[in-house]
This record gives sequence, structure tokens and C-alpha cells, in this order.
Amino acid sequence: MDLRQAVEADRVHRHVYTDPGIFEQEMDRIFHRVWTYVGHESQVRKPGDYWTVQVGRQPMIMIRHRDGTIHVLHNRCPHRGAMLFGNRSGNAGPTITCSYHAWQFDTDGACRMVPLSKGYDGTRLAPGGADCHLRDMKRAARVESYRGFVFANLAADGPSLREWLGDARIAFDDMCDRAPAGEVEIVPNCFRVIQNSNWKIFLENQLDALHPAVTHESTGKAAFDVEEEMKKRGGHAPLSYHYMSAFYTTPIAKWDQFQTLNYPHGHCILTGYMGLRPRDPDTLAYEEAMKQAYGEKRMEEILGVNIHHVLLYPGLSVQSPLQQLRAVRPLGVDKTLTEIWHFRLKGAPEAMYRRALGYYNLVNSPATLINADDLWNFWKIHQGLASDGGEWVSFHRNAGQDLEEGGVVTSCIGTSEAPMRNQFRAWVDYMGAR
Amino acid sequence: MATMSGDDPQRSVEQFLYRQAECLDTGDWQGFIDLFADDGIYWMPADPSQATGDGVPSIFYEDRDLMAVRMRRMMHPRAWSQKTEWGTNHVVSNVRIEKHDAASGLLVARSRFHMMEFRNDSTRHFAGSYIHHLQPSPDGYRIRLQRVDMVNAQGLYDYVLQAWV
Repeated sequence: MDLRQAVEADRVHRHVYTDPGIFEQEMDRIFHRVWTYVGHESQVRKPGDYWTVQVGRQPMIMIRHRDGTIHVLHNRCPHRGAMLFGNRSGNAGPTITCSYHAWQFDTDGACRMVPLSKGYDGTRLAPGGADCHLRDMKRAARVESYRGFVFANLAADGPSLREWLGDARIAFDDMCDRAPAGEVEIVPNCFRVIQNSNWKIFLENQLDALHPAVTHESTGKAAFDVEEEMKKRGGHAPLSYHYMSAFYTTPIAKWDQFQTLNYPHGHCILTGYMGLRPRDPDTLAYEEAMKQAYGEKRMEEILGVNIHHVLLYPGLSVQSPLQQLRAVRPLGVDKTLTEIWHFRLKGAPEAMYRRALGYYNLVNSPATLINADDLWNFWKIHQGLASDGGEWVSFHRNAGQDLEEGGVVTSCIGTSEAPMRNQFRAWVDYMGAR
Repeated sequence: MATMSGDDPQRSVEQFLYRQAECLDTGDWQGFIDLFADDGIYWMPADPSQATGDGVPSIFYEDRDLMAVRMRRMMHPRAWSQKTEWGTNHVVSNVRIEKHDAASGLLVARSRFHMMEFRNDSTRHFAGSYIHHLQPSPDGYRIRLQRVDMVNAQGLYDYVLQAWV
């Protein structure tokens, strides 16, 4: 279909989600041109430490070189194309060695040794030959990091990471500023969950303030009931129960009181609703540590930031106040991998880590009490898009009522479908479909 | 109901494990929860090298209160992803009593399980090991800690584990 007719200001044609040809174009025009989150610097502390990662369609690695720099390289031997790393993570040692013919590479990708190199005499791969640079592992065109979060870009041209993040960089500022030491470190477990649906369906759900009271009613009610029972027994429930029961105690109408802020490149913020500043002893001890690190005025500024999620289109959803993020790796038009990581606030009391960990386990583990019903919706949405019962996906809610100033669209109410419309403005730009 | 006094512990532990599997396969969630001691924990590590679920990411790390949340969610009329027909079949075997303290009656048993789940018109297989830390009580064993290591725990999860495994 003609892409210029696929997206309108307030609706999108269903083929945008289901057409394998459009998915391939998205890989080329979006995922191979944007900044992709590849990992956190604390994942690769020592020289030789590496993690494999998928950038668009490309199998790649993030690796620490002996001079301390981090490199993002194509996971491919330049000789006959074998992947150099078949496992997910580890330490390569001083050199990367191919398991096929023992070509060796430095941890920055430079070719160090080719066995029986005389065999290349007189060829274009000989030292000094026309293509001798092709003996090196290919690097990502650009690698930049922001506050410890490393991104790669396969395109040499385009905005810098800082420019591309724009105001949405608050995702990382909010997360790191909440640490008394001003930085976070990785918790070395990643939950990897498949969604049987197009990648855009997940992104639309992330900033959808209308669905929680509907989709998550069952978990909200269950958590609320058990919270009440615990109170009757004279105890009180951990904060992670409150995160779940909020889905039941926050009626649909109240979700309109929240807000979304929609930025260039499709990025978006949903303001907070979870009441993350209770007055329990753990929080007070944490605030004392923050006060000592920053002074009272700055601490109030930091803890006053009111964010639930930041979406960095098209591949990352950051929940900064709970130190977790979900990276989106499209595997096919109807199959999407999410990699979900948790971070620890450096310098904060252990209790703060454990509080966020409770949320990480309950919301993001493969036994999630929350996303079970989201993933079910995603699958049903993707299946429903095959229906000839209608051609269009509707994003009409509050269309035309949002307030735009300086390129930032503020939703008039929390449940406005402004974030989805904003995502498709970016999609149209990337795809050249205006 | 398995009892301990006068029984062969090997046999009574086996009967206990079969009963737990039957609770899961028949959807007797309250019966499953009641097999745990008041401070009992059901734990599925996120990584086989983990020695404790305390303070580390876990797939499940649930006390009886969290188990009650999971049960109530599954029984809620609008637990949407529970709408599709589903069922499981657990087989538990290779039961071995690893420790048995004669004085307290505390017992550690290892076993292997194989579970087939039918859900949403497809069939999936889960397999792995159980470690049960059991304490005697007047009406049978109670679980102080159940550790579940799925052999496919490190893979991609193309599903959500909605009930205990």
C-alpha cells in the first residue's frame, strides 16, 4: 500500500501493523537510523566483557576495550561471516577468536592475526592491500552514551544522541539523580519476554492511561483485597501491593487527571500516579541520604519530578522512579522481544532497591501479574487487525484538543490519544510517508 | 493425605508431592497455598546460580499473601488472559530425600518434574527440578521453601507463567 495513505492525523491503516513489507521498510528507515539502546556501562566493567545485542536486524556486541572505551561491533567474522559470539555475554579475554578459522580481533574490532597469513599474499586482503581494512570487524557507525546508558546508531548521519533525546533525556536524569551518588548500576538479570504482536502495539500501550483500570482490574482488585486482609491482621502490605492495587483504586475518570508530554521524534512522558513518596522509615532514611548528597533544595527538585514512564521512540520504555527499563527488539512483523532490566541507585539504602525489586518481579518477570493481561491484549489486537471488519485503527480520542507549544504537545487530559498520534508523526517522518 | 508417623518418609514425601501436583492440575489454588507453612515461600530463581531469592530478581518469590493475590487474580471474572481454555499435567519423579533431621523432622527432598501446558490452542513443555524444604505438622508436611528450577528458565519466555509450576 502507498504509505502516504496509510497514516492520517487521527487514524492508521491496519496494514501498517501487519504488512511484512512495511515491517522490512521500518527496519531500514527507522531501526537502522535511530539511536538504539544497547546496554549500560556497568554491564561491561572489565576489559573484554561483552554482551550481545540486536540493533534493528543486526546481531551486534557491546564490548569493553582495554583502554576503557566501549565499542559496539557487528557480531560477524569478516572472513566467512560466522558470528563471533554465540552466547549472550561473558569475557572475551584479550582477543576475540573466531571458532571457524581462528581469525583474531582486538576488543575494539581491529584484526590482530590471521593464521597462515601468507595465503593472502597478493590478494586485496593482504596487509597494505586495497581492502585490508575489511579484515577488521565492522563497527556501528556511531556509539554515544548518556549518563552510563550506551546507544548505537547504524547511520553515520543524523542527530547526535543528545539532540535526539532532547527533553526526553529526563528519563536518565530522573533515574540517576535519584541516586545519592548520581548514578545507577545494572542488576545483572534480564527478563526476556516475547510479545506475539507488532512492536508498535507495545509502544502505544505504554502511554495509554485508559487501559489499566480495564485490563488490570483483576490484579488490582486481588492486591487490594489482600492488602485489606493484611491490615485487618494488624500488618501492612509492602509498597509493591500499592503499585498493583492502584489499578483498582484509581477509577477510569481519575486517569484523566494525569498528563502526557509529547516530544519530537515520537518520545513521550506519562506523568506519575503511584505516590512514590510515602512517609515510611525507609523513605525517610533515603531522603536523609539524598539531602546529604544534594542539599535540601536540590533534593526537593529531584524527588518532585513526577514521571511514570518515558517512552523513547521506537525502542525503549524507561520507568525512571523505579529504575527499570524495557528495550524493544522487533523480531518480525508479529513478534517482538522485550528485554527488561533493573538498576540499583548507587548510594541509596538497600530498602529502596528492594522496594523497586518487588515491582520488577511482579510486573516484569515471566510470571508477571500485570503484563499477563497486556500480552494477551497485544496478541488479540494483532489477530484482530486481520479482520476485514474495518480498515482503520482509531486514534480520535481528544484529537484536535491537545496544546502544542515549541514542538511539544501537551495532552489536554491523561487519556487523550495524543501519544499515539505523536508516535505516528515520527513514523511518517522516518518512513518518508508525508 | 500423607501422614508421617509410622510411615516410610520416602513414601510419604512422594505422596505429598503428588498431592501438590494434583492441586495445580485441578486448579485447587487454595489447596496448593495451604500446603505451605505460614512463613512458607514459593521461589523460582531468575538464574540457576542464585542461592537465595531474597533481594535478587526472581521469576516467582511469593509468600502466602502474594500467592493469595495470584489466586484471586486467576479467579476474578475479568482476568482476561484466563478466559482461554487451559490446563496442565504435572508428572513428578526421581524423588530423593537429601536431608532428614530425626529430631525436628525437617526434611529436604529433591525431585524432577515434567509439565505439559495446553493454553490458547497450543501445547508447551516445562521441565526442571524441585527442592522442597518440609516441616512436619499434625496433618501432614508443610512447605517452608519450595525452589523450582526450570531447565528452560534462561530462554525467551514466549508466554506468561500465570499459575505456579
